[in-house]
Amino acid sequence: MSKRYSNEHEWTVLDEQIATIGLSAYAVEKLGDITFVELPEIGTLVGKDESIAFIESVKAASDIYTPISGEVIEVNELLENKPELLNEDAEVNWIFKLKVSDGVEFETLMDEPGYKAYIETL
Amino acid sequence: MPYTPHTPQDVKKMLDVIGIKEECELFDGVPSELRVKSFNLDQGLSEFEVFDNFNKLSNKNDTSKVSFLGGGYYDHIIPSAVDALSMRSEFYTAYTPYQAEASQGTLQVLYEYQSMICELTGMEATNASMYDGGTAMAEAALMAIRIGRKRKKIIIDSGVNPIYIKITQTYLAFHDTEVIVLDAKSDKIDKQKLLDLIDESVACYIFQNPNFFGSIEDYSEIVDALHSVNALAIMSSYPIALGILKSAKEMNADIYCGDGQSLGNYLGFGGPSFGILACKEKYIRNLPGRIVGITDDSKGRRSFVLTLQAREQHIRRNKATSNICSNQNLMALRATIFMALLGKEGFSKLSNQNYNNANYLKNELEKLDNINIFNKNPIFNEFVIEIPISSSNFIDKMEKRNFFAGLKLDALYKNFNNRVLVSVTEKRTKAQMDKFLTCVKEIV
Amino acid sequence: MSFTIFEKSSKGRSGINIPKSSVSKIKRLDTNLLRDNKANLPEVSEFDVVRHYTKLSNKNFSIDANFYPLGSCTMKYNPKIQERVAGLDGFSNLHPNHITNNQTHLIQGALSSLKTLENTLCEITGMNAFTLTPQAGAHGEMVGIMMIGAYHKKKGNKKRYVIVPDSSHGTNPATASMVGYDVITVKSGLNGDMDLDAFKNAMSDEVAAVMMTVPNTLGLFNPEIKQICDIAHSYDALMYYDGANMNAILGVLRPGDIGFDVIHLNLHKTFATPHGGGGPGAGPVGVGKKLKEYLPDLRVDFNEKRGYFFKEVNQNSIGKISPFFGNYIVLIKSLVYMQTLGREGMINTSKKAVLNANYILAKLKTHLKAPFADTLCMHECVFSAEELTKKYGVRAMDIAKYLIDFGLHAPTVYFPLIIQEAIMIEPTETENIDTIDYFCKKMIDAVELAKLDSKAFKEFPKTLPISRPDETKAARNLNIRWKD
Repeated sequence: MSKRYSNEHEWTVLDEQIATIGLSAYAVEKLGDITFVELPEIGTLVGKDESIAFIESVKAASDIYTPISGEVIEVNELLENKPELLNEDAEVNWIFKLKVSDGVEFETLMDEPGYKAYIETL
Repeated sequence: MPYTPHTPQDVKKMLDVIGIKEECELFDGVPSELRVKSFNLDQGLSEFEVFDNFNKLSNKNDTSKVSFLGGGYYDHIIPSAVDALSMRSEFYTAYTPYQAEASQGTLQVLYEYQSMICELTGMEATNASMYDGGTAMAEAALMAIRIGRKRKKIIIDSGVNPIYIKITQTYLAFHDTEVIVLDAKSDKIDKQKLLDLIDESVACYIFQNPNFFGSIEDYSEIVDALHSVNALAIMSSYPIALGILKSAKEMNADIYCGDGQSLGNYLGFGGPSFGILACKEKYIRNLPGRIVGITDDSKGRRSFVLTLQAREQHIRRNKATSNICSNQNLMALRATIFMALLGKEGFSKLSNQNYNNANYLKNELEKLDNINIFNKNPIFNEFVIEIPISSSNFIDKMEKRNFFAGLKLDALYKNFNNRVLVSVTEKRTKAQMDKFLTCVKEIV
Repeated sequence: MSFTIFEKSSKGRSGINIPKSSVSKIKRLDTNLLRDNKANLPEVSEFDVVRHYTKLSNKNFSIDANFYPLGSCTMKYNPKIQERVAGLDGFSNLHPNHITNNQTHLIQGALSSLKTLENTLCEITGMNAFTLTPQAGAHGEMVGIMMIGAYHKKKGNKKRYVIVPDSSHGTNPATASMVGYDVITVKSGLNGDMDLDAFKNAMSDEVAAVMMTVPNTLGLFNPEIKQICDIAHSYDALMYYDGANMNAILGVLRPGDIGFDVIHLNLHKTFATPHGGGGPGAGPVGVGKKLKEYLPDLRVDFNEKRGYFFKEVNQNSIGKISPFFGNYIVLIKSLVYMQTLGREGMINTSKKAVLNANYILAKLKTHLKAPFADTLCMHECVFSAEELTKKYGVRAMDIAKYLIDFGLHAPTVYFPLIIQEAIMIEPTETENIDTIDYFCKKMIDAVELAKLDSKAFKEFPKTLPISRPDETKAARNLNIRWKD
């Protein structure tokens, strides 16, 4: 399955109608030691680029935006007590899953080489 | 020149290093058309002259009468150790404790402060203090709005300090909210009206116990009704009352706010005091202001640090929980020392003393023919008397008899013309109260 | 191990005798109104308390004992006379509810001091009127932006944005959003000033206010400031002056003269009142003619017949923002300072503050990269440790922690955000050349050490009660109150 990235540094993997979303290793490294993740509520309907979750490190705090629209169907509850999982492997440890309402949005996101090129410019 | 240590030789040496000839060249970057148009200030004075001036001003303020004036600010004992310790310049001339290694003193005091406030209120989390009770209430309301997300309605009880209500209204005027302030008709909660108002659109209900009239009530039933629709209960109180009265936790409140002047701080014509803001742990990320926590240093030693700073303005900027970037640190320090000196037994005893004194005076006044007591509920250390003459007249006449007799309520409420709020602390002796009674008898 | 006062508690000990009550027994309250258990405060003697907090005080840096080269914070000497005046009975024991009772004859001294302070601040800043009620700089900012909000509302202006430069204090954007505005951040140009073209592009009819710090947070004076004011006014956007850096320009420039509509001052910075370890401060707000009618409640007036009295509240006032006159005692302390300095002392204050800062800039710029070293600075100067970070892995914070070991408080680091590895130094006028030379020497020593032994920095500070604390652990395992 291909992985896509947004400008706001979220990664998305789409499997049929289910999108798994996390934060890129690049973004997590910039934030430093993650100390807290506020997860969205299951059942929430969200539109593309809406702020949906919240992540905090010692020195920074950031909203997490959903790169595509849909309904929250699952959240990674492990992060509630072990936010450091994101520091350990951000590209594997996902944050929430969506039931996608518009598959086309996924196609508009950057692929891995595209994202790599994008963070070079930052 | 006062407070600049530069000798002419120093200035010369410094200008040479900088590479300019005259001090005035330092401001060459400020175009002449932008320079001051006027700067007409008096000449500087010596320390002795300044002190004399202020001493004269101080003497034009009257603090000489026996005071029964309260209404949010109270004349309590201040142990000598509070002054002695808070006047240590290691405390009062220190900067904000951002550099933990150089601020362990301040940080540990704040940790102890937070611990004591949590003990007193029963709440699980608190910050290192706010400006005062009124702004703490406004921030509590803003917290409730953030937590309630789409809920816009805030109900404020009629018994809340009317000055705090005004401050809260000012803060909320710039948010998309609806503030409902209940009418003050008696000293009791309007239970039915409240239950009718409480629904899914309510973010919070703010109440004060004892309320502004001094009355004590049990708000548990209202709090339950709020929780049944996921609305929050914000309790305000005067911390001395918490020595004996139900804590915020026992009332099952979600957020507590209050003013800390009574905890070892001077009246100071209203400030500095400090604000208390505390909450259940689950709301801590919505709590504004500084918070101190414990951790280890690189050698494993217990260390105190500012924590959860990512909520604050210097990191989150426009997304911060509040723009506050100070606390009333020195006043919180004084409160910590005050609470430590009183301790578990002393604090409760002090609280009881206030209750006893005030109720004695209230009972005696109640016996007088021309005096009515407005309070139907039991009172803590304040109560409202209804008198047959105007409150201004009463206050003036009592002043001539060497008393600050209380607070005129007509300044704060409509149709409260003949009502005066009388406050009695542990400092008032039976002899003073008996004299007060005698004078009241002469007047009414 | 630093034990808390709770760990020193011993059941039955007490620190103070409470006055005995001589009133007859009063009926107890119903149990549903009472708390179940006494609050678990520590049980200690007065001496225990004194020793405990005296020891804690020894773990602090303070301006009386240490140099604080803290950029944008103006940590100057706090004259001792302030404390003596503040302790006078007529100030410290004066009840504020005489205000509510409108018993002005009891408080003439206090009201007179407030009126004098307002007049003095107006003359210093060129503003039209002041409110003395805000309790801190950030509180003042909020009041200022609220008044701007009220102004636009009354005029029926549809405004959504507040513009701040990217070098602004964090309180500026936080304040704007607290008052319901969205924030537009305008980037700085190469010279450290807000980029004029970027500013012009950001301006529109929807901009409510532009918040500026003058001199800016890089310690530079922006000569285009008048132009910025004029452009903003052409859109009916109001100009907000953040007074954090007022110490640079006393007697040189007045925000009111160049077109600012509203300003706040930090009395605990410019006017020498003690920081108290984080407060209380005071943040009076001055306004020009446009905003006078929106000033918050409680202002003092004077006439021969009535003496000092309270002004009627204007119907357009934003209302109350503090119970009475904010941190009144802090106001008194600042007035003590102003009267001691007088006109010449105040002008001299800014001169020496700017002299000290330029001396540091001149001495250190050959050792540490100074991004704006080709011009004179105002009261503070900015360096960047970026090269040390890149070559040796030594960061601005490492240098800060090194200094602490020599009794020098850390400078402001990582602010302003637009300078990588920023080190911002504001010496203030009250430090003498010997202290400044010592500080410069230690800064140069740090730079040299970075080149020789960069690993050594991870150990600093070594001589303080603690070494570097684990902030991650503090946030992940929250412990914010004592639990038995």
